[in-house]
Amino acid sequence: MQLVLEKRAERSNTIALVSPLIAIGLTVVTMSILFAILGKNPVSALIVYFIDPLTDAYSLQEIAVKASPLVMIAIGLSLCYLANAWNIGAEGQFLIGAVAGSWLAVKTQGTDAGLWVLPAMLLLGAAAGALYALIPAICKVRFGASEILTSLMLVYVADLLLDYLVRGPWRDPAGFNFPTTAEFDPVATVPVLIEGGRLHLGAVITLLVVAAAAVLLGRTIKGFEIRVVGAAPRAARFGGFNANQLTLLTFAVSGALAGLAGIIEVAGPVGHLQPGISPGYGFTAIIVAFLGRLNPIGILIAGLFLALTFIGGEQAQIAMKIPLDVTKVFQGILLFYVLACDSLILYRFRLIFASRQVSSGTG
Amino acid sequence: MLNSTPDLHSSETPLLQTVGLTKRYGDFLANDRVDIEIWPRQIHALLGENGAGKSTLVKTIYGLIQPSEGEMLWHGERMVLSGPSEARSRGIGMVFQHFSLFDNLTVAENVALGLDGKETFKDMSARLEQVSNVYGLPLDPKREVWQLSVGERQRIEIVRALMQDPKFLILDEPTAVLTPQEADQLFIVLDRLKTEGRAILYISHKLEEVKRLCDTATILRLGKKVATCNPKAETASSLARMMVGTEIKEVRAGAERKITVPRLVVNDLSLEPDDPHGVRLQHISLELRGGEILGIAGVAGNGQDELFAALSGERLSQDPGTVVIEGIAAGQLSITQRRKLGAAFVPEERLGHGTAPRMKLSENALLTGHAASGMVQHGFINTTATLRAVDRATEAFDVRKAKRDPEAASLSGGNLQKFIVGREILRNPAVLVVSQPTWGVDAGAAAVIRQAVLDLAAAGAAVLVTSQDLDELAEITDRIAVMFHGRLSQPLATSEASREKLGLLMGGSSLEKDAAHAVGA
Repeated sequence: MQLVLEKRAERSNTIALVSPLIAIGLTVVTMSILFAILGKNPVSALIVYFIDPLTDAYSLQEIAVKASPLVMIAIGLSLCYLANAWNIGAEGQFLIGAVAGSWLAVKTQGTDAGLWVLPAMLLLGAAAGALYALIPAICKVRFGASEILTSLMLVYVADLLLDYLVRGPWRDPAGFNFPTTAEFDPVATVPVLIEGGRLHLGAVITLLVVAAAAVLLGRTIKGFEIRVVGAAPRAARFGGFNANQLTLLTFAVSGALAGLAGIIEVAGPVGHLQPGISPGYGFTAIIVAFLGRLNPIGILIAGLFLALTFIGGEQAQIAMKIPLDVTKVFQGILLFYVLACDSLILYRFRLIFASRQVSSGTG
Repeated sequence: MLNSTPDLHSSETPLLQTVGLTKRYGDFLANDRVDIEIWPRQIHALLGENGAGKSTLVKTIYGLIQPSEGEMLWHGERMVLSGPSEARSRGIGMVFQHFSLFDNLTVAENVALGLDGKETFKDMSARLEQVSNVYGLPLDPKREVWQLSVGERQRIEIVRALMQDPKFLILDEPTAVLTPQEADQLFIVLDRLKTEGRAILYISHKLEEVKRLCDTATILRLGKKVATCNPKAETASSLARMMVGTEIKEVRAGAERKITVPRLVVNDLSLEPDDPHGVRLQHISLELRGGEILGIAGVAGNGQDELFAALSGERLSQDPGTVVIEGIAAGQLSITQRRKLGAAFVPEERLGHGTAPRMKLSENALLTGHAASGMVQHGFINTTATLRAVDRATEAFDVRKAKRDPEAASLSGGNLQKFIVGREILRNPAVLVVSQPTWGVDAGAAAVIRQAVLDLAAAGAAVLVTSQDLDELAEITDRIAVMFHGRLSQPLATSEASREKLGLLMGGSSLEKDAAHAVGA
């Protein structure tokens, strides 16, 4: 008996939809084993992780708040990945966007600047993210440097820059030496949607980005270019599409979206600039992008699901003393299974029951 | 069913026999109960259209594929192969159509990699030289593969197979990459192997060749064996009929074509290759008028790919005047701009170059149609227009497919090629540059495509056809030029271009002693 992986004649659309679910199922099984090893009851752990957050209004809002930056970043990343441009540095672009937008908030602090401040901050954040993402893109196009490495390394540059600013020049004088800026003025803050809640305008912007990406990829020639360049580079060149231009474009767009997510996060839920504004959104968004099949709607669902694991992880830490790092383990295992299950779209398993005894022929 | 196995059998049992050999992929039967007998001292042809199951059958015999049902008998005893190395150890050798050689290694190193034996490298090299000399397949073991011609590379593969002293040798379309003269040399070797008592299974599309060389022919169609016959007693058209199952339409040149103005002109085009093993184009000039079909012959790898890239605009030339399309200097224009001037291009590779394999046909229609033809409005794709383009190509070129808009990769080679050629021709180009239009395409589709090319020229377009199939060029072109080492010969009128003349040019000899290309760069 033999298990073989057999190529399908045409990609299976059913599996394309089902494969993330298989991956989630396998992840849950693996996690249960892990919980059991940690000495926790797997069933109650899973309930705390996945069910409890869905049962109260506060957690539901919190899921949307967490999903919003994840989805926005993942949409940008999906454009890159579709075009075969590997932007791993969304975390850095997120931080740079937060820094650039915060600059305006800090500069206008305490002045009577008007309602233009927030839109200008958002623009600054997006522009800074785009420019920051263009560094690895230009290095790739001009010098052939691997964008995977350069974009990743720039994450640490951004991280340390933010750290320096909030400990030095931008530190809140009245902040008891904590490394943080002062709370932003109301004109520099993203408004909440429901009075007293935490859900903010950023969620709406994210939904608009999802819709725009769906139209771009599904209906426009530019989206088509992005998909062809990734799927069949030589055919794309034959079609007259310039892969280098698209690398620059997709990096710029994904950087802009990451930067926008960064400044919205700072001017929204956080309210000031400080280290640790991101619990790894830029990296988790990579999982979101793939879990969502690089498809805008898929990414929206995947983002909500990953946000659920963040909230569930926090609650599990409080309720069951499960370390928060388990959430990261969970996300890592999930990405692993997602990529593994993807092979089922183009291949299928077959059991072969051929008798394989080797008859020793006379030669 | 004809069965005229010759009466010269040296033994009572065949060397190899397959009984009801079946290979199933899902619901698709690549081989359906194929019975075939291979006898020693015979060259056995395996004929069939693309997708008829020839490759599946020989891969099964060579141990690369496990049959779903049926069995193989070797010397009359049941044989189950665990893999190619077991096949080799029993005395089955195979020379693939696509060589598996490392460009940066020497001949001897490549041979050593393919052998299972335990002899030292020195002994092996000595034996390599000996075998290659005995069979008249000269090879220098110390040369690196990238320096060798395609014919020489094939020699490595054949010598590698012969060094294992096979009783049974399988050759997959060995002459596809050879000049006529090289092919003749190969036939001498094969005849000799036959007289030594070996059996040969010979896969080919070239029916004249099969008639000349082979003692028996087995014909496959849609995975089933249709007939076993003596090819010498058949005509090429009767063989083709058995392969296709229907009568092949003769391509008709139709009415006298009117030769008009120059539509594609190449002026002294020289271009460095962009990859180290590529070919440098040197001083290529040609003029192609409306209504005219020019053929470019030549052994693969002599600069045809580079010329296609330069003409299409996938690579730009230094000087805009080197490529002139419809009177406009286009050397610096992109492929999209050249399409807008009225040019259309069909590359050699269907999957991955001419189409994106995992995209739908409508998207592949958009791939080359986006520049002109209303498929894009204000940056938005007009899906109705792209689907209509698919439907038009489907109807005009009889593209067979499972649904209206499948993925390109799901079509058979012939049908995909018909789609690609249809996609370009239906745009009514003024200039068509097409590379290997019928390579690996079944006879029926090939006839449709050749006819379409002739009709396009009759409608006034200028057509440039690159092909390694001299019969094809003879059938459809007005003039033929030959590419060798990045240079293009003076074109010959097709009526005067004998196989011998073309063969000489393909081998690098010039017809006139002091040809115009004596001046270097």
